[in-house]
Amino acid sequence: MATVDLNRVRKSYGAVEAIKGIDIAVADGEFLVLLGPSGCGKSTLLRMVAGLESITGGEIAIGGRVVNGLEPKDRDIAMVFQNYALYPHMSVFDNMAYGLKIRGVPKAEIQARVAKAAEILELGRFLDRRPSQLSGGQRQRVAMGRAIVREPAAFLFDEPLSNLDAKLRTQMRVEIKRLQDRLGVTSLYVTHDQVEAMTLADRILVMNHGVAEQVGTPLEVYQRPASLFVAGFIGSPPMNVLDAHVEADGRTLALPCGAALPLPHPQPALNGREVKLGIRPEHVAVSADGALSVTVDLVEALGADTVVYGRLPNGEALLVRMAGLPVCREGETLRLDAPPPALHLFDGATGRRLED
Amino acid sequence: MRTDESAFGRRLMDAVPHVVLILGVLIFAFPIYITLIGSTWDAGTIARGNLPLTPGGEMLDNYARAWNETRGDRIIHTPVRIMMMNSLIMALVIALGKIAISIISAYAVAFFRFPLRMVFFWMIFITLMLPVEVRIIPTYEVVANMGLIDTYAGLTIPLIASATATLLFRQFFLTIPDELVEAAKIDGAGALRFFVDVVLPLSRTNIAALFVILFIYGWNQYLWPLLVTNSGDMETVVIGITKMIGNGEAATDWDLIMATTVLAMLPPVAVVVLMQRWFVKGLVDSEK
Ligand SMILES: Nc1ncnc2c1ncn2[C@@H]1O[C@H](COP(=O)(O)OP(=O)(O)O)[C@@H](O)[C@H]1O
Ligand SMILES: [Mg+2]
Repeated sequence: MATVDLNRVRKSYGAVEAIKGIDIAVADGEFLVLLGPSGCGKSTLLRMVAGLESITGGEIAIGGRVVNGLEPKDRDIAMVFQNYALYPHMSVFDNMAYGLKIRGVPKAEIQARVAKAAEILELGRFLDRRPSQLSGGQRQRVAMGRAIVREPAAFLFDEPLSNLDAKLRTQMRVEIKRLQDRLGVTSLYVTHDQVEAMTLADRILVMNHGVAEQVGTPLEVYQRPASLFVAGFIGSPPMNVLDAHVEADGRTLALPCGAALPLPHPQPALNGREVKLGIRPEHVAVSADGALSVTVDLVEALGADTVVYGRLPNGEALLVRMAGLPVCREGETLRLDAPPPALHLFDGATGRRLED
Repeated sequence: MRTDESAFGRRLMDAVPHVVLILGVLIFAFPIYITLIGSTWDAGTIARGNLPLTPGGEMLDNYARAWNETRGDRIIHTPVRIMMMNSLIMALVIALGKIAISIISAYAVAFFRFPLRMVFFWMIFITLMLPVEVRIIPTYEVVANMGLIDTYAGLTIPLIASATATLLFRQFFLTIPDELVEAAKIDGAGALRFFVDVVLPLSRTNIAALFVILFIYGWNQYLWPLLVTNSGDMETVVIGITKMIGNGEAATDWDLIMATTVLAMLPPVAVVVLMQRWFVKGLVDSEK
């Protein structure tokens, strides 16, 4: 087990900069999720840690040892790929044992380690099968078994659940969580799925265009998104973002739709400025004397929740998510309120959170 | 009435392809049948030009003489067992040599990045356009100067040295997912281990298919063996048959030629039959 430290890590493909300087210190035993939209550089970053991509700039250290110049096999890591990457002509046992055989681990110990991993992953019955004779979920477990038997300093996962169907994905997510609790191995886990990130992570690193937008626990990232990008990426449906003007008195936010909301905390620096106001759909509540008035465009009843697509008087859209069954119909006008703690302020130009 | 008609029509639709196929088989099989029958009669019967369509009684005698002896009734020939051995060595060395060279060069081109990689690939590719027949005079010169006339090396190396199968293996290697290569890297497999432990086993069916094609290609070589072999001891069976024909009908031991021809067909047939089982196995396993 070990720490993983990234120090100003950069990666360029020719003139294109895929990773623009990322710093992160992953603690021993921590489960760090790299989260971001497709193409933001998550895989590239993970593959640099694995040693599958060269490092253009900066330093990567695993267990305190700088690994920039080391081959993947010498970095003491194990990786689980999206497409499983199992050897098609080898049995499940041989797939798990292969890395150990190459390292010259004694036969008896290989047997013992594979048997133990197979027991943890409930693969005991399948040890003689070929990957082609397994289901997707079983193949992914074999891929994890191959990582576990190596007893590495760190696990690297690259979207390991993306090829599974929704039900299996949920199930495997829970299994990975249990595995992590049981083994406590430092893990870097790449995904574009916020639910995976929120449920698995000790900390999430939200990436966008090769930059770390925010690093924090799942709740920090949800409750205090550091930028408009994070605010929009985490949460479902995404956060509403409205234009707003901080009145000169520093107490009220004036919205173009005519409504006025109280500023959560007085911030003298903002007085008289234009800002972006973020409100999560689930934090908007129906209230007879609410400040916001919307016309209901569309109602989606999901059973446990209802999503209302509303329209403010000036035409701006506002999403509202309410628990339970619908309480309104299309065409109706609703009065809504957003309590001050639910308001997030962002700088319109930089997109960064305006600290309160 | 209508149903009868359509049933008849359907039967006709079944029958027509069968008749066509059976006719085709007969047309292809008939010369082979004649050869088989011819190898069981004496030379005189064949030479008279009205060969019976039923087996004669000279079979054992014909095959034994062709297999072992140097003297026929009218001509002197190299015993077939020597020629068959030469052909077998040539065909095996060419098939295995070509497969070995192709798979190794395809591995290099497909999995490694090195300077001038594509230049090398195209150089290999261009050898496809230069089969032995095209470069035969310079090649003969080189082989003669190296003293390789009448040697197995001279017989086989120039035929190996065109990487027919490189392209085929490269295309196959490109279908091996990058992630598999990377998983092997992380498992600690170097280039050689990955080749032996992963690439070779995955290429099994391709190798088997190529072996069949290249074995028959090697076995049927004519022009090049004709040039580089002078002594009877180095003669291949395909050359031997044409030499046995001699100068005219009268001076030819047709019974021995028929027997030799039948013997010369056996190894390619055996290779096809044996390897066919491999293909089927590869197809049924469907590991990819
Ligand atoms: N081998 C490569 N050559 C050039 N550009 C690449 C290469 N690999 C990735 N990229 C670019 O780097 C960026 C990040 O890719 P990647 O790390 O795969 O994204 P993610 O895993 O977050 O979807 C993308 O814009 C992609 O086009
Ligand atoms: Mg990716």
